[in-house]
Amino acid sequence: MFKPHISIQGLNVFYGERHVLKDITVDIPERRITAIIGPSGCGKTTLLKSLNRLTDLIDGVKVSGKVLVDGVNIFDNGIDVTEIRKKMGLIAQMPNPLPMSIYDNTAYGPRIHGMKDEKELDQLVENCLRGAGLWDEVKERLKEPASKLSLGQQQRLCLARALAVKPEYLLCDEPTSALDPISAQYIETQLLTLKKSYTIVFVTHVLRQARRLADYVIFLYLGELIEHGPAETVFTQPSNPRTRAYIEGVFG
Amino acid sequence: MLLSTSIVVGSLLAVFAVVILNGAPALSLSMLTQTPKGGYYLGKEGGILNAIIGSVYLAIGATALAFLLSLPIALYLNEYARKSRFASLTRLSLDVLWGIPSIVYGAFAFIIMLYLGARASLLWGIITVSLFVFPIMTRAIDEVMKMSPFKLREASYALGSTRLETALKVVTRQALPGMLTAVLLAFGRGIGDAASVLLTAGYTDSVPHSLFDPVATLPLAVFFQLGTPIPEVQQRAYASGVILLVLVLLLSIASRLSTRKFMKYVIK
Repeated sequence: MFKPHISIQGLNVFYGERHVLKDITVDIPERRITAIIGPSGCGKTTLLKSLNRLTDLIDGVKVSGKVLVDGVNIFDNGIDVTEIRKKMGLIAQMPNPLPMSIYDNTAYGPRIHGMKDEKELDQLVENCLRGAGLWDEVKERLKEPASKLSLGQQQRLCLARALAVKPEYLLCDEPTSALDPISAQYIETQLLTLKKSYTIVFVTHVLRQARRLADYVIFLYLGELIEHGPAETVFTQPSNPRTRAYIEGVFG
Repeated sequence: MLLSTSIVVGSLLAVFAVVILNGAPALSLSMLTQTPKGGYYLGKEGGILNAIIGSVYLAIGATALAFLLSLPIALYLNEYARKSRFASLTRLSLDVLWGIPSIVYGAFAFIIMLYLGARASLLWGIITVSLFVFPIMTRAIDEVMKMSPFKLREASYALGSTRLETALKVVTRQALPGMLTAVLLAFGRGIGDAASVLLTAGYTDSVPHSLFDPVATLPLAVFFQLGTPIPEVQQRAYASGVILLVLVLLLSIASRLSTRKFMKYVIK
């Protein structure tokens, strides 16, 4: 069995009156890729953003239940939310580079967390850009604006930027849906390499992608957790008829 | 389309033509390099260096002071207060302040000066003009910050930065070209306004040496020189107008160019 790394217990999320996540209880295994699948609007992204409390940024949100990260409930009072977020790198659906150079984008996280030494930063930036498979393409133009890169390169830059704060987790919100097939494949390959050192949670509505990448699968439908388990089990012998219908493409 | 273009371009050219044709006979290098001789009201000799320098001092001082108020308020509105009632009340107040004529600011500052026993000076001119341009600047900065995309804030927060870090390092950076436009807009309004400084800045034939000296400005130079019965001095008023026009024009060209430079890093 898998060793749990994040433990979600009775999580409920409301946007105003709307109940978007209903009593979710599930463990996320360490150093594996966990795919959250389900049709649009089922709460996949909300579940992902609950893990680093990015839900805080949404007006009128209410959260109850627990998310235990290393045994600590991140929704407890007195938790330093910046520390939680530092542990979780986020790759968004659309690449979201910051309005600065390629170098400064990668160095942004370490700098706000107090790294000042230029040599150390240079080395870290290089390592992270290599880790994201981008170094060879940008090493000659680190001072150029990040917006000059192609979308696929921007997404890898976002991955490098996330790696630079030395997270334990990577949260990916449909990270390839805006990319061309080659860039998408590139990101997938990077994720498969990175799962040796990171716990990866990955939202997708592309089932084939989930099959290719996932070790563990969480199936959500209309805010409810329908089924979760190791990928082979969920994909080959789903226990719930709704999971089977979704996987067979009856709805989607 | 042709009609609207010709109305706009036509009126621009008409203003330029009237000011330049009337001012040309009095335009000379000494206008730019000398202070007036024989008094600003009757004197036909010398230049208006006092007003040029005075205007520049006053507008720079007022813009800087207004910026010190505007940037924190705009950041507060966008990153902290967001859509709260407090924020909408602040925005409403700023919009009302924006609409108040500058002479009212002048009168308001004048009452305070009387109460404090202060004399008209560069300092009070700066305070009055900054009061009158800061709502303009704040709302303009506020609008560009509002337009900076949510995904940038989300990216910054996701890396573990605080609100303050996000505000200062990401939002401010994204909004930089727009902020520059806002600052130059305020500068342009400040340098061109006569009413707010009529009562508060005084007027003088010499270049101010301290914040407590009275100061001449270009709009007031136009105002006073036009008010004389002497045709030569009236010409000098138009010449002062030309100088003011050129200053404002240079400013807007500079703002166009520098905005383009700062646009480089902005995420569209």
